[in-house]
This record gives sequence, structure tokens and C-alpha cells, in this order.
Amino acid sequence: MADIRSNFVGIKSPNPFWLASAPPTDKAYNVVRAFKAGWGGVVWKTLGEEGPPVVNVNGPRYGAIWGADRRLLGLNNIELITDRDLQTNLREIKQVKRDWPDRAMVVSIMVPCEENAWKSILPLVEETGADGIELNFGCPHGMSERGMGAAVGQVPEYIEMVVRWCKQYTRMPVITKLTPNITDIRKPARAAHAGGTDAVSLINTINSITAVNLDSFAPEPTIDGKGTHGGYCGPAVKPIAMNMVAEIARDPETRGLPISAIGGITTWRDAAEFLALGAGTAQVCTAAMTYGFKIVEEMITGLSEWMDEKGHRTLDDIIGRATPNVTDWQYLNLNYVTKAHINQDLCIKCGRCHIACEDTSHQAITSMVDGKRHFEVIEAECVGCNLCVNVCPVESCITMEALAAGALDQRTDRTVSPVYANWTTHPNNPAAKVAAE
Amino acid sequence: MGNPMAEGLYKEGIAAQRLAPDQYPKNFADLHPPLDRHEALVESDRCYFCYDAPCMQACPTSIDIPMFIRQISTGNPLGAAKTIFDQNILGGMCARVCPTETLCEEVCVREVAEGKPVQIGRLQRYATDTAMSRGVQFYQPAASTGRKVAVVGAGPAGLACAHRLAMHGHHVTIYEARPKPGGLNEYGIAAYKAPEGFAQAEVDYVLGIGNIEVKNGQMMGRDFALSELAATHDAVFVGAGLTGVNALQADGEEFEGVENAVDFIAALRQAPDLSQLQVGRRVVVIGGGMTAVDAAVQSKLLGAEQVTIAYRRGKAHMNASEFEQDLAASKGVTIRHWLKPVRILAANGKVTGIELEYTEIRDGRVAGTGEMVRIDADQVFKAIGQTFDPMPLNGSGSAIAMEAGRIKVDDEGRTSAPKIWAGGDCIFGGDDLTVSAVAHGRDAAESIHRALISNGRA
Repeated sequence: MADIRSNFVGIKSPNPFWLASAPPTDKAYNVVRAFKAGWGGVVWKTLGEEGPPVVNVNGPRYGAIWGADRRLLGLNNIELITDRDLQTNLREIKQVKRDWPDRAMVVSIMVPCEENAWKSILPLVEETGADGIELNFGCPHGMSERGMGAAVGQVPEYIEMVVRWCKQYTRMPVITKLTPNITDIRKPARAAHAGGTDAVSLINTINSITAVNLDSFAPEPTIDGKGTHGGYCGPAVKPIAMNMVAEIARDPETRGLPISAIGGITTWRDAAEFLALGAGTAQVCTAAMTYGFKIVEEMITGLSEWMDEKGHRTLDDIIGRATPNVTDWQYLNLNYVTKAHINQDLCIKCGRCHIACEDTSHQAITSMVDGKRHFEVIEAECVGCNLCVNVCPVESCITMEALAAGALDQRTDRTVSPVYANWTTHPNNPAAKVAAE
Repeated sequence: MGNPMAEGLYKEGIAAQRLAPDQYPKNFADLHPPLDRHEALVESDRCYFCYDAPCMQACPTSIDIPMFIRQISTGNPLGAAKTIFDQNILGGMCARVCPTETLCEEVCVREVAEGKPVQIGRLQRYATDTAMSRGVQFYQPAASTGRKVAVVGAGPAGLACAHRLAMHGHHVTIYEARPKPGGLNEYGIAAYKAPEGFAQAEVDYVLGIGNIEVKNGQMMGRDFALSELAATHDAVFVGAGLTGVNALQADGEEFEGVENAVDFIAALRQAPDLSQLQVGRRVVVIGGGMTAVDAAVQSKLLGAEQVTIAYRRGKAHMNASEFEQDLAASKGVTIRHWLKPVRILAANGKVTGIELEYTEIRDGRVAGTGEMVRIDADQVFKAIGQTFDPMPLNGSGSAIAMEAGRIKVDDEGRTSAPKIWAGGDCIFGGDDLTVSAVAHGRDAAESIHRALISNGRA
């Protein structure tokens, strides 16, 4: 049986599945339900400084996009940090941590970008017995207009400064949560690293408008005829999050920096992919908000069974295993040649591969052969792009077959070379370092 | 014999009120309830939007099925309805009565892949119902051409022809023999396929374009001659349907209780109160097509205790689709194959049963084996095919060429007689489907239009 216990910058949890800082972790009631359901840890919804709590809108906070049968693919929200009194939150955090000592209790914090603000709240959080803090530098709406959240996360110098204060004023591990609303995710990660952060977590939500109501011409969610950009999350953002996690994991300046992954994690498989890219824990929100806390059972069993099947014993056996395989385009092997192959026994003759290739790509798939509806690849035209595979509704019907070294590529009339050769040495590259072959 | 005092289901002979009054509306409710909006969205999402889609090729009216389904999936059911009506103005009825399992849905790639086609018929109904319930008319007549066209028969072929002619600016007069327009849609299909007066609602919708006048109770050969129409109009379209019924070629067809299935179906469709409609306790239907199934199933739904379809060949030879056969079986109808009627049995002039002979294929023909079987029956319905009655065509001046008992037409629907086109069940080479009749009428209208605008007269 695989051991899926997690030890993330000293924060221990029985599994790597944490609930992200968000509505599901705003109160003891929810968090206790989550722990009962089996979640390994939570990041308590972001606390603000002492004083009158923030207020939320009193209308719709969420917008969404759906797939077939209203399957939720993406969600956005315009909710702010906790709108409950700081002392109430602290009291509940302390109680829950005491009752659930084996679970990870991380507290998200967002206070103004002033040393004193951080200096005063950190001891209060530390006093609860929490395992660590997460700095909310990501919230893209509302709080950022007040100089917090993403407004800090978009300025690497501020990140470094605040992280430094936190490391100075608390003994708790510091996790810096990054906003994706930035051009190059490595910059804020490097800044957090320079400030001494113990880890980064990402991604926070993405600036978004999910829909425009075509009757009222207002963005949704609509508050009295107006809308604002909200933070986008859910399955739709996972590819963006994975890239950002990988960028940090393979950046020479931040390599080895622990990462807590966030972004559309819905199943054990999503979590495993993030772990493979270098994340130590997997934070979940939208999936829980869609289906409830019970989904963690599927995540735990799915991850364990996959690890058992593959012979991975602990999380360390999988964390970062895919990171070395993420590279720059210029290092991809240009002598690797594939051709699409259509399995005629599986083909249902919908013709989507043909029309996609014919209209939008390389005219490499037939529609009619000998007067009969028939779809097959014309190898002399196929560039191996994989579009047909992606539009085919039948799994494994179209596969990409690599040409063996020495085989003739009918498209180029050249034999496939066994030698790895990339753009850096390609003769068409004016900056080629070495002449090819 | 059973209990002569029995009531309801077990009452001997042919009787009404076999069921409790509240059972009739339940029995004759919509066979396929309409999809609601969400169901339609989910179902439409199953469509792969195939290239050169097989479903579209299988549709006799060539409706752009992937396009209308995509329009439904994007929340544009009215656009979907127009895509359908562009090809088939009777798309609402076709959505209900088409044997989709042998047309579009049979070749749906999802049928091929997983035995579960996209429910094209029900999606088509969703779109057309949306447009019709909102009274949306997509077409207006073009500026008047001053040309007059007569259409004989207000069935699917005639209505489709008239609508397309009206679109092109011609004035159309439809001559219909029955008291109401609609043809088989109104008189000839099972009630549960188009409940709640849909056939007339559709006629009203089609006629809503304007420029079409319908004269009911006008029978060709009785109230007017085809030659008169040809003389007084610029063109004539004959969509007269089939009026003859094949005989059983068995003794005793004259006994009380032997009826044409088509008459029974028509009476049922026109009955103001189904509980007053009489049906036998034991019913035998002779035939193997849609009409046989419609008559048998409806007999059962009216409360007949025992209903048997007897067909002279095997299951695979039946014209009724697999779906129709299953429907009959699910309603409690017994289908027996390889039986041909020999003699109607009667007492006091009333049917008491039927004697049938087992059959086999011998030298490529159906032949009796000599083995006999008797089935008790109070009522025997003949559903062994209809014929075209060419007599009313007489007097058209020159005889119209026939082929195998039906009107011969070219690929545009032109008959051998000048100015006269024909389509629907009355022409040779069709498949007796509503949807094909619509295609005939539509295409003949285009041919007529081309003739009228090219030389002024057809």
C-alpha cells in the first residue's frame, strides 16, 4: 500500500490533498466537515487585519462556464477575503487545530503592505497553533484595488519585502501564494525565494469575465446591472497552472523551492500530474465547491491505487518526476518524425479528422476512396501535428506513430535520422551554434 | 364462448367502452414526449457535426441535420427550425412519424459506434415545435407572378408543393377530396404519433404563408376533371395518394367485422370520443407494414383483449420497421409470421375467426404448406397494401403514362402529360413515406417554377 503522507516544509498531513483558501475554509463548521471527510489539510480563508471586517456584495458572487449537461468547467468569483471578525476566526482556528492535530492547518493572510500590519497579525496567528501561513498575493479583484492581493503579487519587490517581514516576525513556515495575472511567473517566484519564503503556492485565480448577458449587456455575475472581473478557477485553468508550476520547478533560480499546486485539481489524476511537475501538495477548491467534500475519497484511493500499480511507495517517488522532461521548444528533437494512423476498425466515419485537416491544416486525410466514404492518412502530406487525434471522438482510434530511424518520411523524401538534433543546431537557424550533421 | 354478460375488456364481439374513461387519453398520449430545453441541449451535444454527414444523406429531404442540431446546441432553436423548414416545411410531422431508425438515425455514426444514435427526430421536433408554438413564419410569398397552379390533394406532397409554389409567388389552389386537409397525416397515422391536433396545426402553419387556397370535399373524377384543372391553370400537381385497398383473396371478406385498416385508423383519428369507438375483443390484422402495426396497436389501446398481426412472410420481410414491431410487441400485440389468410369464419354473418395457412418460400415465391391454423376473431383488419386508383385521371385529354399501377414521372416529377406534375404515394418509384412525399412536392414545385418563369406557361 502506497504511503501518501505528506511533509511539506515541515507541515505534515495524512495526504497531500488540502482545501485551498476559499469559501470552503471560511469557518470551523466547514473545515471540520472537510476533516471528517478525509482532507489532509486546509488553508484557512484569508484573514485581514483587526477592525471592521470587509464586506462582500449581496448579490451573485460567482460566474461559470459549462460543458455538456452543465458540467462545470470554469468558475469565477468576486468574493473578498473573510468577512468575519478576526478574533472569531482565530478562536475557531485554534479550536479546530487542537481537535485535529494530524491535519495541516495553514492560515492565509492579507493585510496592507506595511511592516506593522504584518508584524501585528503574525503573533496572533502563531498563537492559534497553526502549522504555517500562506501570503495571499493573488486575489485579483476588490482587495487589489486597495493595494493588497494581486496588487502586491504583481510587484516582485513588494513580494520580497513582505516575505522578509514574515520570516522575521514568525517562526511559522511561510508559503507565498502567487497570482497568475502576470507575464512571467518566474519573476514573483524568484522574489519570494529571495525574501526567504519556505514555499510558493499557485496559481491564484485568473482575471476573467465568464459571460455577458446579451439582454442586459452586463457581464456576469451581474450586480444591479454592472459586473467586474472575477477570479477564474476550475478545470479550465489547470493547463495554465501546470505550466506555471513547471516554470518555477525548472527555473535554475527557484529549482527545489517547494510548491503547493493550485488550479483546477478535480481528480487524483490532476493531483498526480501536478506532483509529477514538482508540487508537494495539491490544493483543491472548485471541485469541492461543485461536488462537496466527499470527492477527497476518490482522490486518496485513486492516487494510492495508481502508485501501487506503478510501484511508487511514497510521494517523494513521484514529486518532480516530470520536471526534467519539461524543456524549451528549441531543445525538442527535430529528427523525431510521427505520422497519424487511423485504425479502420475503430473509425466510426464521422469525418472530423478529414475536415479539420482539409480546412485548417495539411490536407492529409482522405474523405473518399474508390467512391466510398473512407478516412485514411496520406503520409506524404502528414506533418504529424496530432490535430486529428484531438478532434477524433473515439479514443485511441487515431494514434501518432513514430517513424523508426532509417525509415523514409514520404513528406520530405528523407530518411529519419537516429541522431537527436534540435533547433540550436539546425541549418535554418541563423544563430545555430554548430553546423548540422 | 365467454360470458355474454361481460363488460369492458371481456365483452364479446365488437364493442365500445372497453376501458375506463380516463384510460383513453393515457393510452393515446404522445408516443415520444417532447424534449425539454435541457434535454435538447444535452442530446444536441452528442452530435459530432460530421463532415458530409451520413444522416443528411439518408434524409429524403436532405435536411442539414448537423447544422440544425448545432443551432439547437447554441441556444438557437428558431434558426434550427428554419434550417429544417428550408428543406422540409412539414418537418414537424416528419419529426414525429419518420421511421428515423431506418433513415437518419440508422446511419448516425453514434449508432455505428455505440448503438445509440443522436435522437435526431426528437431534436427536430424540439426545433420545429419551438417555431410553431411561437407562430414564427420564416417565409413570405415572392411578388405575385400572376400564375395559377392547381394542386390535387392536401397531403404531405400537395402541401409541400403548394408552400414552395407560394414562396415563389404563384397562386395555388388545393383540391382536397376529404373534409379536412392533411392527407394521411390527418387520416392515416396512429393517433399517438401526432396527438393534440398536430396535423391540423401544421396545415395551418404551412398555409400561413398565404397565397394558398384549399377547397375541401373536391374529389378528382367526381367533382372536377384533371383536364379542367389543366385547362384553367398554368400547371397542375397531382398528389392524390392511394385510395384503393388490396383485397385479401380469402373467402368471406364480406362478413360483418372485416374492415380496411386504413378506414379504422381514419375513423379513430376523427373520433371525437375514443371511448365510443368500437373494437373487437379479439382482433386479427392481416399485413406487415406500418398500417398493420398502427391498426393493431390502436386496437390494443382501445381495449381489445387479444390482437394478432398475421403476416405471410418472415420478420425480416416486414415493411414495418424493427422499432414499430417492438412497439407492437410492447403493447401486447402478437406478431405471427408465415401465415396467409384462407377463409374468414363467421356465424350469423358476423366474423368469428380466420383460418390461415402456413407459408414458406418455394421457388422464390410465397406458397402454402397445407398446414392450417385458426385464430378466433371478432374483427379482421386488412392491411395488405393500398393501390392507386387511376380512374379519376381519365378525362385529362391524353392518357397519363403509368408504371406498375402508379403514375410515371421523371426525376423532376413531370408526368407524361403537359403541364401536369405528380408526387407522393401515387407515383411509381416512391417508398410511401411522408418525408419522401414532401421531397416530391417540393422538387416538383421547383420544376414547375422553373417552367413557369422560363416560358411563361408550363
